[in-house]
Amino acid sequence: MGSIQLQQVRKDFGAVSIIKGVDLMVKDGEFVVFVGPSGCGKSTLLRLIAGLEDLSSGKIIIDGKDATDLGPAQRGLAMVFQSYALYPHMSVRNNIAFPLKMAKASREVIEAKVKYAANTLNLTDYLERRPGQLSGGQRQRVAIGRAIVREPSAFLFDEPLSNLDAALRVQMRVEIGELHNKLKTTMIYVTHDQVEAMTMADKIVVLDLGAISQVGAPLDLYNKPDNLFVARFIGSPTMNIVKGPSAAKRGADTIGIRPEHTEVSSTAGEWPGTVRVAEHLGSETFVYVEADGLGQFTVRVDGEAPVHAGDRVFLSPREPRLHKFNAAGQRIAA
Amino acid sequence: MATRQGQALGRLAVAPAVAALAAWSLVPLALAFYYAFLHYKLDDPDNTFFAKGANFYYFVTDPFFAKDLFNTVALVLLVLVITVVGGVLLGILLDRPFWGRGIVRVLVISPFFIMPTVSALVWKNLMMHPVYGFFAHMWRSVGLTPIDWFGSHPLMSVGIVVGWQWLPFATLILLTALQSLDEEQKDAAEMDGAGKLDFFRHIMLPHLMRPITVVILIETIFLLNVFAEIKVTSVGGIAGNLTYLVFSKLNDDNNVGEAAAGGLIAVVLANIVSMFLVRLIGRNLEA
Repeated sequence: MGSIQLQQVRKDFGAVSIIKGVDLMVKDGEFVVFVGPSGCGKSTLLRLIAGLEDLSSGKIIIDGKDATDLGPAQRGLAMVFQSYALYPHMSVRNNIAFPLKMAKASREVIEAKVKYAANTLNLTDYLERRPGQLSGGQRQRVAIGRAIVREPSAFLFDEPLSNLDAALRVQMRVEIGELHNKLKTTMIYVTHDQVEAMTMADKIVVLDLGAISQVGAPLDLYNKPDNLFVARFIGSPTMNIVKGPSAAKRGADTIGIRPEHTEVSSTAGEWPGTVRVAEHLGSETFVYVEADGLGQFTVRVDGEAPVHAGDRVFLSPREPRLHKFNAAGQRIAA
Repeated sequence: MATRQGQALGRLAVAPAVAALAAWSLVPLALAFYYAFLHYKLDDPDNTFFAKGANFYYFVTDPFFAKDLFNTVALVLLVLVITVVGGVLLGILLDRPFWGRGIVRVLVISPFFIMPTVSALVWKNLMMHPVYGFFAHMWRSVGLTPIDWFGSHPLMSVGIVVGWQWLPFATLILLTALQSLDEEQKDAAEMDGAGKLDFFRHIMLPHLMRPITVVILIETIFLLNVFAEIKVTSVGGIAGNLTYLVFSKLNDDNNVGEAAAGGLIAVVLANIVSMFLVRLIGRNLEA
């Protein structure tokens, strides 16, 4: 129904290569998140799938059929944009009905589908309003409604939550997750926010400089990052990286240890250092330590931990949680 | 400026400007009022007396009045159609990237900088002349009889000339409006299956309604008193508008009183037209 397969997809703008040969299989009903820093090509990749950009080479196969040369409307996909891209002069009803009108659906069909979408998204009371009279979250829902009525084989989301405030973002994140459970339709979701990626995805695709860095379930990426880039990108606060003797003695070029897997002791440990700042959040405490000769470490400890700026402390990793990388930045299997 | 003292100072500061503006606009208007009620002809200045409403009566019952009133409205409408339709099409064309777009944009704007008298003469003698004109040449080259533009269709010819002058203005405003159309909306419409015509009708045209309203309102104010193009092309007798009628009252009849009365009537009519326009399309500017 909604499988999408990318085969050696490339996109070049002149001499600059934006997408450097991506192979990917998105299974029917999967929630896949493309994540990466800005400029990694994740939005371009989504637009290539949508048909809004032409491929330089490679193939896109949707539902087993080659869709590489199909126009955006013929691919059976629906997209939700970062700016929502609602039509400002149309009512919510007409916004949602627009793709159906373009597809020359009958009036009864349009009426029924708009009603269904409005019910699903709690928009029934706002159908006669203009987008300008809605809040950010409501606009987002209208944009999703416009996507739902087309009954696409897959939804494409391009950073849909980045214009919302923090509280609303969490709420919409949950709503989109629920929508996926309800519709069971394939969704591809682009974000630069690794928290969104971790919380929503069945499968995360980490992109770096136009190539796939790693594909996997959220916890696989957290527990077994393939390389240094993924190790640092996934997880918050970011992983502590150590080079030199400590790494060499463990048979690696670089080792990484997450803040939550680092122990703080006032008496003994592997890396001595001085606490620069301790952020007491109540439930947990983030300690920023300047380790002697190694640079800054972030450590996550208990909320009640008696750590203060200026303290001398000793840090040590929990050995089983250490990540080892070779000189090329690739993971060394344990 | 929130304090009382600040407000007083503010009023004092703007007073000279307000006074100058008031003198600028009110003194001529007051003079027009004064002359409009006088029987005052330049070829018989000794015989000047208070004439009550006679000037207004004679101006309105003038055989030219009805025709020139019609011409005024027809000319405005004709030019509005040319500039709005042409402006939308040119705007769409210039919004697309093509080689040499910068130069083309400057060229498109250039008619706006040409003096009305000059452009009218150029059009009359170089473009629309039945013997030497470029159009006559084109017509003959395909075996047609050239049109005597200003001879047979004076009003339309004036409309074309004025339309040509105002096309850049409309194009400029509509082009900037088109450039502000959200790129993601274009993408969204494409995803939603809107073809080029659907996109124009459902997305682009509604987006342009507000700038089109601005173009219509501003152009109407200026087009109600087109004069140079009519005078220079010598078609005032047939295609003259109210402005031209006022001119001919003074210039041909030496009748200062009736010309002033006609001027006031033209002001009132212009106000009626603009009120009507604002009612009709002004709500596009709201929200």
